[in-house]
Amino acid sequence: MVIVLTVISVIAGGVLAYVNKITAGPIEQIKAETLNNALKSVLNAEQMPTVTATDTIDEWTIVYSTDNGTAVQAATDGFGGKLKVLVGFTADGAISGYSVLEHAETPGLGAKAGEWFQEGGKGCIVGKKPAEKELTVSKDGGDVDAITASTITSRAFLQAVNKAYKAYTGASIDGVGSATPQAAAEQKKCCGKCQGESGECKGDCQHDGTCKEGTCKGDGACRKEACGGEGSSEACARQANLND
Amino acid sequence: MANQLIVSLSPHVHNNDSVQKNMYGVILALVPALLVSFYMFGLGAVIVTLTSVVACLFFEWAITKFILKRERTTIMDGSAALTGLLLGFNLPSNLPIWIIIIGALVAIGIGKMTFGGLGCNPFNPALVGRIFLLISFPVQMTSWPVNGQWMSYTDAETAATPLSLMKQAVHGNVDALSQLPSSFDLFLGSNPGCIGEISSLALLLGLAYMLWKKIISWHIPVSILATVFVFSGLMHLANPVAYASPFAHLFTGGLMLGAIFMATDYVTSPMTHKGMVIYGVAIGFLTVVIRLFGAYPEGMSFAIFIMNAFTPLINTYCKPKRFGEVVKK
Amino acid sequence: MNNLKVLLNGIVKENPTFVLLLGMCPTLGTTSSAINGMSMGLATMAVLICSNFVISCIKSLVPDMVRIPSYIVVIASLVTILQMVMQAYVPDLYATLGLFIPLIVVNCIILGRAEAFAAKNGPVPSIFDGIGIGLGFTIALTLLGGVRELLGTGKLFNVTLYSEDYGMLLFVLAPGAFIALGYLIAIVNKLRKA
Repeated sequence: MVIVLTVISVIAGGVLAYVNKITAGPIEQIKAETLNNALKSVLNAEQMPTVTATDTIDEWTIVYSTDNGTAVQAATDGFGGKLKVLVGFTADGAISGYSVLEHAETPGLGAKAGEWFQEGGKGCIVGKKPAEKELTVSKDGGDVDAITASTITSRAFLQAVNKAYKAYTGASIDGVGSATPQAAAEQKKCCGKCQGESGECKGDCQHDGTCKEGTCKGDGACRKEACGGEGSSEACARQANLND
Repeated sequence: MANQLIVSLSPHVHNNDSVQKNMYGVILALVPALLVSFYMFGLGAVIVTLTSVVACLFFEWAITKFILKRERTTIMDGSAALTGLLLGFNLPSNLPIWIIIIGALVAIGIGKMTFGGLGCNPFNPALVGRIFLLISFPVQMTSWPVNGQWMSYTDAETAATPLSLMKQAVHGNVDALSQLPSSFDLFLGSNPGCIGEISSLALLLGLAYMLWKKIISWHIPVSILATVFVFSGLMHLANPVAYASPFAHLFTGGLMLGAIFMATDYVTSPMTHKGMVIYGVAIGFLTVVIRLFGAYPEGMSFAIFIMNAFTPLINTYCKPKRFGEVVKK
Repeated sequence: MNNLKVLLNGIVKENPTFVLLLGMCPTLGTTSSAINGMSMGLATMAVLICSNFVISCIKSLVPDMVRIPSYIVVIASLVTILQMVMQAYVPDLYATLGLFIPLIVVNCIILGRAEAFAAKNGPVPSIFDGIGIGLGFTIALTLLGGVRELLGTGKLFNVTLYSEDYGMLLFVLAPGAFIALGYLIAIVNKLRKA
């Protein structure tokens, strides 16, 4: 009795080990291919990107640096379970594409997230720069249209994208190939309100803390209104008021 | 012939109560709410209610005649008309006709006739129809027309209901609660919502009529409303920014309509007074739990639906004592 | 002739889903579309044919005391093999059915047929029984998946028949599985009696 069960188990174990040996190769290959395909589509790359470095921030967040740009995998809790996305970023911090890797959203509703936010979709996020304005749905005061009747999924999705962006900026400041820490600190010197969240200069500001030519400082930000002479802040503000 | 001896089984005492009389009594009690809905939503409300009632009557007739092949159809007993009216009351006034017809088919076909017709259905048929539509067509079922657009139907402008504002507050939008209309406006009914649920005043008039005519007893509606008031009141005291006041909870959404007309359905509610109170308290509790912590803004229909399923169990444990039974020690 | 009867028995008279009501978990869980239902049915059929064959071969070697453990070991190994093969060669299908593949192990149909048929019959009829029951299961799951897909999304085998806007979402979700299965069983009962 014991012998029979043992023999059966041993045979079963042997067969399983053999099948595992044959299939292990193809399974690994398919996993790598899937990742590469996803990277290629979110980065809008012509040919297969090669991953130069991966940086695992936590269990769910992984930054893939490739020769074609950076893509970040991030996850949040959606309506039905974990919502895992891969977001690609161009060098200037704009979203180049995204792909939903894993989700448990309601079919026909939240599951539309795969197409809804793509280029040409109703709530397109491709080309947007999370640095200028954090992505939120229009119901919460943002400028992304939520999937109809699936606000929870849309919120979770945008949260995941924002998370990916944070991981991306965190990685590009101290990562390889971008500015050194010193340069990054230098970069942070923008005038007043011009400074974006991740340290870059917006609008007409310059890195040395002054405004571009033809604009002047007012209310701490750079204004387009032409103002005579050296643009002292009071003069400019007054000028701006007059122009209004 | 006059002194012919008639031998029959008990009970021997009858009054002139009948299914028909009670059903038409409930329909009469719904008239004030119907009038308010016509005033608030105009043409849309008329089309939706009418379609719903006619479709329910048609399916009741067609199914008994062609599928069950019964000799007599039951469309005149008023139960199908009542189901149609309640289903219509639970829909937004800009719902396309074809969706209403699907809802009526589900309410009568799946909710009632599959189980054998009136008296055999475990769930309130109108609720089966409403929940089916809510899950199947969430986009159409959650866009609510603004009141006062008399001549518009599917093209009506839509707005957020007070309940969805309350849900936004729970999700952390601190301004949401301040956009709520005052409790008095909610009480009168000038806010977006399903056709029949908006005016608490009209629904309470219906309740008074039904209590006066002894069509229903007070146990179910009062225990539901009291539980919602107390539970949402406690939550409001704990965090007034996130959780709306108990008055707002009482006067919004389908609470009044559900507590007075849907939960009290004879077939699907417990039979004893003790059972009714258990049933009512559980419905009230579940409603607030779903409203505050669930995925949907409104929990009334789901709460009644869940408790309908528990009704046979409640009936088993709340049996009245048999006459002459010895008290167990 | 006899084998043909065994085969038909599984499809019609003892249809595992509509008549025996076995294996309800994958039936309700995977049939959100006709293709998913059919793939699940075929995967189960593959395991069923192999397990019926292996068990009818070893039935005289296995003592009664360890019968069930031995059968389960055989079935579990077959399912694991299937899972690895699917993951390696049909990854798309594996991604959709994912969770439900390991659950084939505890599908009552497989152990039920091992006990009720394979343990009492020779290898050849057992294979036919596996094909018959497997086909019955596949047909039932495809039918259920088709009904749900058509009513829920307006498609059938991914071919759009009418606009998705008119689809009743409930049928793609879990409650729709119960409702559709209930009515399908009712229709099958009616046809069987007629």
